[in-house]
Order: sequence, then structure tokens, then C-alpha cells
Amino acid sequence: MLWDTIHLALREIRRNVLRSFLTILGIVIGVASVITMVTLGGGATVQVTQQIASLGSNLLMVTPGKRMGPGLAPSAPPFRVRDAEAIAREIRSVVAVAPISMQSATAIVGNENWSTSVVGTDNQYFKIRNWSMKAGRPFSDSELHAGASVCVLGDTVRQKLFGGLDPLGSRVRLGKMSFQVIGLLEPKGQSSMGTDQDDLVVLPLRTLQRRISGNQYVSLIQVSIRDGESTEKAQRDIERLLRERRHISPNMDDNFSVMDMKEITKMLTGTTTVLTGLLGAVAAVSLLVGGIGIMNIMLVSVTERTREIGTRLAIGALEREVLTQFLVESVVLSSSGGLFGILLGLLACLGLKNALRVPFVFNPTIVIIAFLFSAAVGVIFGYFPALKAARLDPIEALRHE
Amino acid sequence: MMASSQTDTRPCIELRGVTKVYGTGQAAMAALRGIDLDIEEGDFVAVMGPSGSGKSTCLNILGCLDTPTTGTYRFKGVEVSGLDRDQRARLRRFYLGFVFQGYNLLSRTSALENVELPLIYRRVHARQRRAEARRAIEMVGLTGWESHAPSELSGGQQQRVAIARAIVTGPAVLMADEPTGNLDTARSHEIMELLVDLNRREGITIVMVTHEQDMAAYAKRIVHFVDGLVESDKRNGSPA
Repeated sequence: MLWDTIHLALREIRRNVLRSFLTILGIVIGVASVITMVTLGGGATVQVTQQIASLGSNLLMVTPGKRMGPGLAPSAPPFRVRDAEAIAREIRSVVAVAPISMQSATAIVGNENWSTSVVGTDNQYFKIRNWSMKAGRPFSDSELHAGASVCVLGDTVRQKLFGGLDPLGSRVRLGKMSFQVIGLLEPKGQSSMGTDQDDLVVLPLRTLQRRISGNQYVSLIQVSIRDGESTEKAQRDIERLLRERRHISPNMDDNFSVMDMKEITKMLTGTTTVLTGLLGAVAAVSLLVGGIGIMNIMLVSVTERTREIGTRLAIGALEREVLTQFLVESVVLSSSGGLFGILLGLLACLGLKNALRVPFVFNPTIVIIAFLFSAAVGVIFGYFPALKAARLDPIEALRHE
Repeated sequence: MMASSQTDTRPCIELRGVTKVYGTGQAAMAALRGIDLDIEEGDFVAVMGPSGSGKSTCLNILGCLDTPTTGTYRFKGVEVSGLDRDQRARLRRFYLGFVFQGYNLLSRTSALENVELPLIYRRVHARQRRAEARRAIEMVGLTGWESHAPSELSGGQQQRVAIARAIVTGPAVLMADEPTGNLDTARSHEIMELLVDLNRREGITIVMVTHEQDMAAYAKRIVHFVDGLVESDKRNGSPA
């Protein structure tokens, strides 16, 4: 019986192909936009997550102030090298700790100059970031200790300042001081945030503090946790240690934050989620409009087929059966709109993935949800017309026209 | 000939004091003003009368499409005037067949599928449905036209399809409302011969509303309505 009803509904829909197509267009567009947004959004999230995971899932970022972000909160005192040393000493699950201080500066070689960021740190930084040397060597212990005037160049800086020449042994001027190039980093490419990771000059931390920034501050501590150890536990341990070192009484909030990659990912993808939500709302509105279109055409259909309904009722169709017939018809309409929308959305994602450089990540959940939603639209907006059909008086209906 | 069909002790259809009033108060209009009517199984009754005499209202009540305002209607001995909409629909589904003046076939649907329609509501399986529909089409003499849509058939053929649809379930009573109203004379006589044939060979009880004397002449019995009352009720001396 249900199969007969579906068969009948399909025939009615085929009878008016153009009309049916125009009717479901709203649903098609609504579903297609949901699928496109969510799939692309999901792809972007996966991309960010992957890039962050490539930094190492066991990486913790320790920053002064409540959140990671540009600038320090006024009340948050910066870290010192001692804090990084303490973390390395006290927390057992730690593999590497890199204190980092950053500054922007213009690097000059001969007539070439390039505005870049200068990172003061130690060799642990390369280890944590899994960054190897393309040429030359990292800093020696004595250079780190003495704050020697040496530097390691990122690939972009090398290209801008030296072009095809070999920079090893040459001197680069930053501000008033000049530094000897001892190493060149492997190119890393763009980060998930779209910044060029190779656009930097790395100095020993002490060199940066003494010769460029003129203070003892450390603006960021990166901590790498041993594989298999709980990052949550390490996070808590570091928090406890730093609260103690920074003399924070138990009833006061932290004036620093320890974030693992999950939290950083969440922060970065937060904007994507908000955007996806907004676009989802737009899509919901278009589904609503599509539903009204279906209701309209079903009402027209009921009026057109009044005699048919009368005949069916006379032959012995129950109210319920006529209701089902029209409900199935509107659900078949709306869910075929859903199917077309899903296909269109997925095709759009495949088409856009190269243009937007976002990977295509198939999300079966959203596909199922979109389909069920479109079917639900058919039930909700088809119910009133179907009820109208079922409640017709057979005698009146037979006499219609 | 007449006596042979009156073997049952109880009539198939019994109307007692049936009235039908449309509207209320000042606007109330009585379409039927107290009808007593018995129809035996196997009978072929023509209901005649001028328009507004209540003959169509009576057929609607007999066909359980409508309910009387007062009075009783017993169908095969069962009181049916108090049934609700769905109960009446079930009764129509299992005991009644309908033929309309305008054929009322589903457009762009083959003759065979039109005939299958009542069987769908009876939950008959597809294969059996097809076989029964073919048999009904054969009974109305349309073998070979099964796959044609109504628009490809003549008026007479369309009415034959409609008759096949009405008899495919083997109903107790066939209700025909002006079955020849849209047909020319030659076609009308063919349809009437078909109905007489079905009545005689298959024993189907037929109640037919018509305003044409020629067509009523085919019936075994003619009931005349005037002003919502039965004016005359005569056996037809010489059935055609």
C-alpha cells in the first residue's frame, strides 16, 4: 500500500515536471547551501587541526595574561627565563621547554632590507617545532650563554635579503647591531592562520634581550610533553607551579594561561563555528520559504484534483488514506529537493575545494540531517493541504467543475 | 423472470421514512420528505423524476455517501444510517460500486490501472489485482484497450472502464448516476445493454438514476420521484 502510494506520488510529480522542479527549488538551494557551508567549514577545521597537530599534539603554550592573543594584559607580569627553567626542572613529563621573546625589526643586508619578526629563544625551539636546519648549525651552548651576535634565518628572510647567494657567514643588521648568519631553516610554508612561518630571524634569547629589547622578559613559553603522558596533568602541574612562582593567592584568578593544542584549535575554529551557525540560519530561512512553496503548490494540486479525490472517497478511500496520499506526495517532493540539494552542495564543495584550498571532508551526519529536515518540511507544510483533501465532502467533490 | 430474483426473505436495501433536509431554520429545504423503498437482491431499479425531485439525494443516501436526516436505512439487514464517515467508506469499499455521469476516471492513468483502483483500497496484491482488473475489463468488452488512457478512449469506452471499475470488486449493489447522460443514443443503448447483461448474468443489483424514459425502460422496475416523495413504483412489464 505504501509502495503504491509512493508510486502514485512519483507519477503525480512527473506529470508536472517543471512545476515540481520550481516548487522544490527553494529546498534545493537551502539544502545545498547548508551542505556546502558545513562541508567547507568542516574541511577548514580539519585543515587547521591537522596543521596544529603537525606542531605536535603534546605541545603546551604558556602565555602571560588570561588568553593567548596580541599584547599582554596590563596586570600580567611577563615571564622570565627562570620560569621556563623551573618548568623544565619541576615537571617530570616535560621533554623540552623553549622560552620565547619576540620583536619586530628590519633586517638589512647591503642595500636590501626586509621587515620581519625576530625570535629570541634557544635550541629547544627547533626541537619543539620539529624544525630542522637546511644548512649551517643551530646555536652552540656558549653562544646561548654569552648572548653572542649570531642568528639563524627563516627561508623567506634568506630569499629577500640574499636571493641566490649563500648567506652562511654573512652578517645581517637588525637595528644598530649586526649578527652573523650561522644556520638556515627548512622552509615550512604558510601556517593555518595564513601567516608565513618562514618570515623570521632566530637569535639566542639572551642576545635578543640584551641587544634588541633591552629587558629580561619572556613573552611565551612553549612546552613539549613526552608522548604517552597526559597533557591535562602536565597542564595542571604547570599551572600549580606558576601560581606558586607568581605568588597568586588561592582565591585569585591565574594571570597567565596554559593552553594545549585542543584549546588553541577550539579558539581558532571558534570563528568558523559562528560563521557556520549564521549561514545555517540563512539556510533554515530558505528551507522555510521552500516549505511555503510546497504548501502553495499542494493546495493548488488539491483544488485541481478535487474530482479525483471525490472519486477515491466514493470508491471507499478512508480520510486517513487520502491524507497519506497527499502527505506522501509532498514528502516525496520535498525530500527529492533535499536529495538534489545534497548532490548540488557536494558538487559545489568539490568544485570549490581547489579555489579555496580547503580539503573536501565528507560529513555523513549533516547529509542525513539535511535529508531528514527536507523530509520534515514536506510533512509540516504538506499536512494542511492533505487535511484539506481528506476532509472534502465526496458528494461536493464529485460534482466539482 | 422477476420472481426468480426475489428469493431472499429480506430485501437488500430497506428505506423507512427517510427524509433529508438541507440547511436549517428559515433556509431549510427538504429534498426527501419520507421515503419507503425496498430493493431486492438482483433487482435492476431505475429512479426517475424531474430535477429537484430528490432522486440524486436518494441515490447518495443509498450509496452511503450521505446520511438521512431522519428515518432508517438497512443495508442487508444492518442499520447504516448512523455510521460515521470512515465506516461508510468501508461499506462502500466492500459492498458498493459507483458509475457516474462524467465517468470520473483518473486522467493520464491507463484503463487497467483505473480499474485496479478499488482493489488497491481493498489491499489486494498487485498480481491478483491485475488479473481481476483484466477480467472486469473483459466483462465490459474492452479487452485490448487496457493500456489506453481515458483521453485515448471514446465516451462510451470510458464509461465501460468506469463500469469495470465499479464491478471489479464484485459489489452487492451498483449505483449508477445518469450513466448515459454524456453519451449519444447509440452509445447509451450499448451501455444499457451492458448493465442489463451484468444484472442478468452476474446477478449484480443495480440502482440507476436517469431522466430518460428510453434508458429506464431497460430496468426491471421504475421508481418515480416527485417533490421528495415516491410518486409511483412499477414493475417493468417487458424488460428489453
